[in-house]
Amino acid sequence: MSKKNSEYLINRKDNQYEVVIGLEVHAQVLSESKLFSTSATKFGAEPNTQVSLVDAAFPGMLPVINEFCVKQAIKTGIGLNAKINKRSVFDRKNYFYADLPQGYQISQFKDPIVGEGKVILDMPDGQKEVGIERLHLEQDAGKSIHDLDPQNTFVDLNRSGVALMEIVSKPDLRSPDEVSAYIKKLRSIMRYLGTCDGNMQEGSLRADVNVSVRVKGSKKFGTRCEIKNVNSIKFMQMAIEYEANRQVDLIEEGKSIDQETRLFDTKKNETRSMRSKEDAHDYRYFPDPDLLPLEVSDEFVKELKNNIPELPDDKKKRFIDEFKLSPYEATILVSDIDTAKYFEEVVAKMGKNKDMKLAVNWITGELFAILNNKNLEISQSPISAKNLAILVNLIKNGTISGKIAKTVFELMLDGDKDPQKIVEEKGLKQQSDPKALEALIDKIINDNREKAIEYKQGKEKLFGFFVGQAMKASGGKANPQLINEILKKKLQ
Amino acid sequence: MSDITKQSLSELVKNIKNKKLSSTDVTKAFIERSEKSKELNAYITEDFTSALDKAKKFDQKPNLDLKLPGIPMAVKDLFCTKDVKTTAGSKILNNFIPTYESTVTENIWKEGAILLGKLNCDEFAMGSSNETSFFGNVQNPIDKDLVPGGSSGGSASAVAGQLTPITIGTDTGGSIRQPASFTGTVGLKPTYGSCSRYGIVAFASSLDQAGPMAQNVKDCALLQEVISTYDSKDSTSIDFKRNQYSKELTNNIKGKKIGIPKEYRVDGMPKEIEDLWQKGIQYVKDCGAETIDISLPHTSYALPTYYIVAPAEASSNLARYDGVKYGFRAKGENLIDMYEKTRSEGFGAEVQRRIMIGTYVLSSGYYDAYYLKAQKVRKLIKNDFDEVYKKVDAILTPSTPSSAFKIGEKTNDPVSMYLNDIFTVPVNLAGLPGISIPAGHDSKGYPLGLQIIGKAFDEQNILNIAFAMEEKINFKNKITDWWIK
Repeated sequence: MSKKNSEYLINRKDNQYEVVIGLEVHAQVLSESKLFSTSATKFGAEPNTQVSLVDAAFPGMLPVINEFCVKQAIKTGIGLNAKINKRSVFDRKNYFYADLPQGYQISQFKDPIVGEGKVILDMPDGQKEVGIERLHLEQDAGKSIHDLDPQNTFVDLNRSGVALMEIVSKPDLRSPDEVSAYIKKLRSIMRYLGTCDGNMQEGSLRADVNVSVRVKGSKKFGTRCEIKNVNSIKFMQMAIEYEANRQVDLIEEGKSIDQETRLFDTKKNETRSMRSKEDAHDYRYFPDPDLLPLEVSDEFVKELKNNIPELPDDKKKRFIDEFKLSPYEATILVSDIDTAKYFEEVVAKMGKNKDMKLAVNWITGELFAILNNKNLEISQSPISAKNLAILVNLIKNGTISGKIAKTVFELMLDGDKDPQKIVEEKGLKQQSDPKALEALIDKIINDNREKAIEYKQGKEKLFGFFVGQAMKASGGKANPQLINEILKKKLQ
Repeated sequence: MSDITKQSLSELVKNIKNKKLSSTDVTKAFIERSEKSKELNAYITEDFTSALDKAKKFDQKPNLDLKLPGIPMAVKDLFCTKDVKTTAGSKILNNFIPTYESTVTENIWKEGAILLGKLNCDEFAMGSSNETSFFGNVQNPIDKDLVPGGSSGGSASAVAGQLTPITIGTDTGGSIRQPASFTGTVGLKPTYGSCSRYGIVAFASSLDQAGPMAQNVKDCALLQEVISTYDSKDSTSIDFKRNQYSKELTNNIKGKKIGIPKEYRVDGMPKEIEDLWQKGIQYVKDCGAETIDISLPHTSYALPTYYIVAPAEASSNLARYDGVKYGFRAKGENLIDMYEKTRSEGFGAEVQRRIMIGTYVLSSGYYDAYYLKAQKVRKLIKNDFDEVYKKVDAILTPSTPSSAFKIGEKTNDPVSMYLNDIFTVPVNLAGLPGISIPAGHDSKGYPLGLQIIGKAFDEQNILNIAFAMEEKINFKNKITDWWIK
């Protein structure tokens, strides 16, 4: 395997293989109630406590579309730069399973609510566009629990009927890293829009991964395998690595690849066949006669468009233009909506005379390190944006040095303390009075005459010695810039 | 008053309002007659004790402003009724007690009516003779061992036999109009979207409609007024301005244009049906209406289209009866085995046949040839009606190609059974309202019905035409009470 210029290729003997990946992402719509019923959708509720007669498919019960979920899907479509279909149709996907009470899933087959779109990925070697094939709305199934009883399977219908958006990409992805970037980008866009919380641990975001391989340069797609229901980016990457290599090995051995559905075993780190094309379900899709075609007016879409918040790509552009950030810094700061919010609050709180670079460095440096250490999200940051802004300003206006600031930062962690107060209470204010510093330096030069002479004779290295002595004498509080200036003058 | 059960709904309402009768009197009378009529097998579930309690309660504080004050009523067992077993005529729901009420029955109880019990029907409303019911055949009060029609056979039998003053059925391809025709009663299939489907056990969702079944047109209009409401719980319910059907009922149909479709003159149709139709044409003319010969060219495709669309929807609608959540469950080795046994034992032969047809026509490779094509033909059939309604106000046809047949006569010939619906099915496919009224008798003395088909949402017009014709026809049902010993 080689990664030349971040190109992901699999090498075997004389052949180099390219991996072709397409994703079907299932994103749970952020909504209080389900797609066709008024039941709640809270995660982690007691089994079967969020189930209506409609969700459990009692006789004579009928689905009624939740308008909010429709809006969420359209907003997501707008975020994906996609075509919004004014008319879409709900179909029934028929199959039997114990946790599918209706005996069919209501989904959208031929006429999805959102058509073709695209997302832009920021890869280390530049931007990459990934095509979106479609986005459609569908119901989630319930959950079968097989490990509570040796004989019986238990069914929890809390999830039954929860709204999902299935976002289908074009087969435009070429590496595990691109898949990671793609998922993160989707997640970011949906979190900006508030249409999906993107919580992969809770299953709010999961994907079916379609993988095929082909000899590099070939135009024809290879036979693909679909890896079902992978629920973390790491597992997706592992599954793709395994699956791509498996397929390459088969080709190298002169064998053919079966088009099939596979399962990723996270413990063994391998994919296994679930069912082949021959026993694929015949879902007997047909338009759900209980639901009329879904029609949305231009005004309806326009109203939603007008209320779309600034999305990551635009925000990034603005951060670069307005705050003069580097593209790299901007990418980091906009990748998650909460980080962006935090940064913008820091910027706002810094006031007029702000040092943007310094603020970025403190957020992506010290703050990220602490969050990472403590395994916290930025929304749970122990230091508020306001106090971080004050800290940055204290450095900027020379009240404290960068070194002292690190001490102050540590002290702020305990209960989000005001850095201004810490500086006052602990007497950490920087000595910036030139007269006092001059006196201090005069004394040091006096005490180290010989070294001063050596310096003047050309031993320039000794300058650092004098700075160190001055800082030491001030208890670390002397303004390093002033010390430099005064020393230079005095030692001339 | 010994002849309470002979009174029409309108008479009973009047007598209760005038306090000549109490709800208890009326309820008791219908319970007594129902109990003497077990041989008809019209009921699946009787709720007599509770009915009498409700009647007594009503009489203690009678609200006489209601449209159905204290009127007892049995309903087809396809309507979910809270705390009362609802079977859909199937073994698979033999133990099912809903915790909820259908919108249509809810509307009825809100107007003061009282549930007498649940009436027999073909299993999941699939049948034209009531012979597919898990709960046995229903006898037609007209004659022993005669089918009452179906699928609302128990409802038709109960109204004709005066076990209930009025009732409701459901009509997917003729399940109200055909049994009405077979029992000498009036049955209205409203426009699709007129009555809510919420809480009605689904057969074919795009065709199912609830409707009233009565002894006369006026009663029918009154019940339609009660049951037809817009319901946000049914996405296919339509919010249109509904008439006060009984108040606005008039026999003045002068100048109305009535279409006579030539395609309804089918091969092998008995002469007495043709004669009845001609008589009907004369009656509407006598009422001052004008008849116009029309053509509905795609009529002959209606039945095959129906027998693709309805089973397709049914195969999916009935998937929920899997033994997992409610209803009958057979023991199985594993999930698949449990499914197979539950559904093999829980569903009868006709239901299984239709599930198989429906599964087939939706299967990949067949979908385009069957289901999709049927949907296209359905559109053409609807277009036929749209076209003629530019020229006429309503259409007059026979209700059925024959009178009632004997129990067992067509059991082994499903196609001949399906032919029963030949005149009623196009109306469902087009989503239009249709009413069957008794118009005469055949040589055996069995009743025959005529059907009036209206424009969408034009129930008032066909009720008016039916009302005017009813007066001219002056039909008398020959009920001998042969089953009462």
